[in-house]
Order: sequence, then C-alpha cells, then structure tokens
Amino acid sequence: MKRTATFFAASVVFLAGAARAQLTIEITGGGANQIPIAVLPFAGESALPQSITEIVEQDLSRSGRFRSLFVGGITQVPAEISQVDFAEWRSRLADAMVIGQAQRLPDGKFEVRFRLLDVPKQSQIGSSVYTLPAGQIRLTAHKIADFIYEKLTGERGVFGTKIAYVVKQGSRFELRVADADGQNAQPMVISSEPIMSLAWSPDGTRMAYVSFQNKKPILFVQSLSASKQPAPVASYRGSNSAPAWSPDGKELAAVLTKDGSSQIYLMNADGTNPRRITFSGFIDTEPFFTPDGRFIYFTSDRGGSPQIYRMPATGGEPVRVTFEGDYNVSPRLSPDGKTLAYISRISGRFQLMVMDLESKQVQILTDGQRDESPTFAPSGRMILYATDVDNRGVLAAVSSDGRFKQRLSVQAADVREPSWGPFLGN
Amino acid sequence: MKKALLTALALALLYGCASQPVEPGVAPTPSPASPVTASPVQLQGNPLKDPNNVLSKRSVFYDYDKSDIKDEYRPMLQAHGKYLAEHRGTKMLVQGNCDERGSREYNIALGQRRAEGVKRMLVLMGATGSQVEAVSLGEEKPRCTEHNEGCWSQNRRGDMLYGGEY
Repeated sequence: MKRTATFFAASVVFLAGAARAQLTIEITGGGANQIPIAVLPFAGESALPQSITEIVEQDLSRSGRFRSLFVGGITQVPAEISQVDFAEWRSRLADAMVIGQAQRLPDGKFEVRFRLLDVPKQSQIGSSVYTLPAGQIRLTAHKIADFIYEKLTGERGVFGTKIAYVVKQGSRFELRVADADGQNAQPMVISSEPIMSLAWSPDGTRMAYVSFQNKKPILFVQSLSASKQPAPVASYRGSNSAPAWSPDGKELAAVLTKDGSSQIYLMNADGTNPRRITFSGFIDTEPFFTPDGRFIYFTSDRGGSPQIYRMPATGGEPVRVTFEGDYNVSPRLSPDGKTLAYISRISGRFQLMVMDLESKQVQILTDGQRDESPTFAPSGRMILYATDVDNRGVLAAVSSDGRFKQRLSVQAADVREPSWGPFLGN
Repeated sequence: MKKALLTALALALLYGCASQPVEPGVAPTPSPASPVTASPVQLQGNPLKDPNNVLSKRSVFYDYDKSDIKDEYRPMLQAHGKYLAEHRGTKMLVQGNCDERGSREYNIALGQRRAEGVKRMLVLMGATGSQVEAVSLGEEKPRCTEHNEGCWSQNRRGDMLYGGEY
C-alpha cells in the first residue's frame, strides 16, 4: 500500500516553535506549538532490516505536534548521553532529541535501546530497551514514538494503534486492518459484494461490519485474533446495518427493519436477544454509545430532516442535538465524551463538523465535497474520515482542533469506511 | 425513450446482468441480481419477461431525498400486485437504492423506506406481506457510476425482482 501524506503545517507554527526552542520542555497536555525534536540515527542501526528511526521520525511529524529537525552532517552518531554535543543541538534549536543504539543478538533477534533527551537542560527525560524479532521493527518504532509522544505532550500516543477501512478495487472489496500510519495493511475480509460500517470492539479483538454478500445488508462480527469464519449476528428479514458496540463490549446497537421502518435495537454481541429501543416509525439509524455507556446518539428524520438525537441507552425519550441545517448525520463521540463529530450538508457539500457538547459551539473542520464516516483516534486528538479527491475515495485525518490535516490513499482503488481501533494493552 | 430504457433495464435485470455505464478501465460492479438459477415461472409466454407486458417493467425512480412513489408508476405496481395475488407461491425481493450523496448508513435507511413503500403499494394491490421482502442496497450498488445528476437519477431507484431472479 502506498501512502501519500500531505501536510498543511503552517509556517506560523514553525516560527512559534523556533522562538521557544531554548525554553525547557513543558508538558502542556494540549498546546498547539510544535516541539522541535531531533531524532538521530541509532548507532549500529544499519544492522536492522529496516530503519527504525525513520519510522519514529515520520510518526512524530505526522502527529502535528512535533517539528522534526534535519539531522544531517553528524560525523559521529552518539550512542550515550556523554557523547552528545548539546551546544551543537541547542544551536540547531532542538528542544528534545532522541539517541540510541541497535544490535543483533546471538539468537538472531535485535536489541534496541534509546534515550529521550532534554536539550536545554542537557538531561535525560526517559529511556527504554526492546528485544525484538526482525518482523517487529515497525511495531517497536511505533512504541518508541508513543513513548516520546507521551513524555513530551503528556498524552497517550496512537502510533501503535490500528485502523481498519474498506478498499474497493473494481468489483473486489477488502476489509483491511493496518497500522495507524496506513502501513502494514492486512486483508481481514475479502468479498465481491460491498462491505461497510466497520466498528471495532472496545477490546480490539473483533470487528463488526455490514456485508452484502447475501444480496442485502447483513451484520457480521469477525474475530481478528483467530482465523474463524465471520459469524452473522443479524440477518433478519429486511436490512441489518449500522453496528455500534457498547463500551463494555457486551452489546451491539444496530438498525433492523424486521418490524417495519429502520429502527434501533440492542442485542448481545453474538446477536441474541434483540430488543427494540426506538419506536418512531421514522428513520432511526447510526447509533453510537457515549463512552460511559449511558446514552446513544443517533440520526433520525423524525423532525422532518435528518438530525442528530440523544437518548438513554436503555431506551426512552430522545433529545434533539443538532439544529442548524437540514442534514446532520453520522454522530461519533470523542473518547472523553465531550466532543461530537458529525457530517453536515452545507450548500450541497458534505463536511466534517465538531460540536463542543457543553457549550454547543460548532466548528467546520474540513472543506471537502463528500466527507463522510468520521472516526476518532482513541486519544481524541485526530479524526479520520473518508473523502474523495478527483472522484477517488481516500482517507483523510484532521486534528480535532482543525489545525492539521493529512491524507491516506491507495493507488487505483477507492478507500472508504475508516474505523480507528482502540488503545491496546501494554 | 424512457419506456425503452426501462424495458432494457428490466430485461438486463432479468438476465442477471444489469447494464451499467462504466468509466473506461474500471471493472463493472456486480449486478444486483445473481445469475438466474431456477425460475419458478414458465419461460414460454412468460408475462414477466415479455417486453410488451407491463410486468416486465420493474423499476421505480425517485427525486433526491424522497421516497414517495410518483403516480406514473401506479399502473405498473398495480399489475405486479395483481400478479402476486394471482400467484401466491411467488416471492418478490424489492431493492431500494440511493444516489451516492450523504451518509452511507442513512442511505441504507432511505433505500429501505423506498423499498418498503413499493412493498406497501404491492400489498394494497393484492400481494401478501409474506410474499414480498423489502431490502436496501443504499448507495452501495450504483447502476451508474458518474458523479452527476444524470447518473444519480438512475440510482435513486426501487427494483422488483421475482423469485429466481436474485
């Protein structure tokens, strides 16, 4: 899979970063300034089958929180803090730097150790060591990037998480799972019929999705750990779609039409015991649980146009959430439950919006024509969504403050229906 | 002209090979109907396949964001409802479709409402509810793949398929 990343980091941010380069690194937990960082090649890194620092550096740059400094012209790569020429890196305006070493062990595995340094203070912020087989270079690089990200921003990094999406190439549909940077993609489901509405289980072990392999939408759950056949969990008369997991992973909300119009049902994760929780007779679809599991946001046209509503997860009276415009759909809650992302039709264009649920303030995040299917990173920092460029489906990501954007595309194929996986253990 | 187009489309559906304009170099997407395996209806003099019979017409077209059935489709739906009433063992699948604009899941629901509307009309005209299953294909199986109203109007559609045709 080819990746095309387009960065829109403003030069203003560059200057802001330079101006504070001599300051001590502060863990701000959410500042907009980019931290200037130098990721030096690790001593002995050429022993690895692929560069690990290149991946670390790309991860950090792509997050929008760091400005990666040019590290060329170094005569000797420092492996230890005693070998670092701090004066040189201060003059290069680095706030932080990463050094390390890599070596092949007698058993064929590799050992990678690295140190994260505070350049103005000339001190170590943290360090770690990994022993890994050749196949885990990328995974280890993402772990190192997550370590650095968390130490310097105070927030958990998402470089080690997974994303899932659907690739349509001709009449072939593939549900793929990839690293958060779009690399290392693995097909999980392949079909000659459409696949849509991917939803990760909260523990990251299962994927709910909708397949048309039986000539109509049917809801499946696929285990990602074992090579089991996907199991249909809802294949009632009519259409079965729009799966959403409860935060404890025990239940699914989904849309069934077995009793008439598209209504929301709750069922056990294996599809048993479905019980209806909306009774509008209008369209009720796209359920999404709040992180505490107490409420469900959903799309309904009960008021005459598709709008977003919220209701108790056990059923009950819905409250309308969106009021501006005549087409507001696809509600997704941020992991902290404070922000609602959704798609709004504005002058015929479909754009990604965010609403601060406390202040009800709304912000347009994108300027596309056909933006759809938003999904929050588990950190809440970025929103991945589907859009199109030159009539071809691509994925794009935008920081939840709208400042930073990038794209993921697959050559000669449509990419769509992204779903960002959860934080995994360790 | 429209009549001829409808007939052609209906025939194409019958033979499990919906004609669809595709861009050069793009493989055609699978048709909504699978190859005909066992048809429960007689081939000889089959009214469902006779281009001069209204029963060969199978599609209802809609306005953007709408699911109400225009008056021009009533005679066709009446004929199908009557046929289903006279052939109680015959099943039908109604597939609702949408153009590509908007949420994929909302379009599943909108396509379902279109299909349910066709089903309701067929039941009014004599079919039983158990004979007809209404399903939605949303925007997932476009007959026409260009991004303009010419294509969108073809994709906002309800299709009726008899048992053996899907």
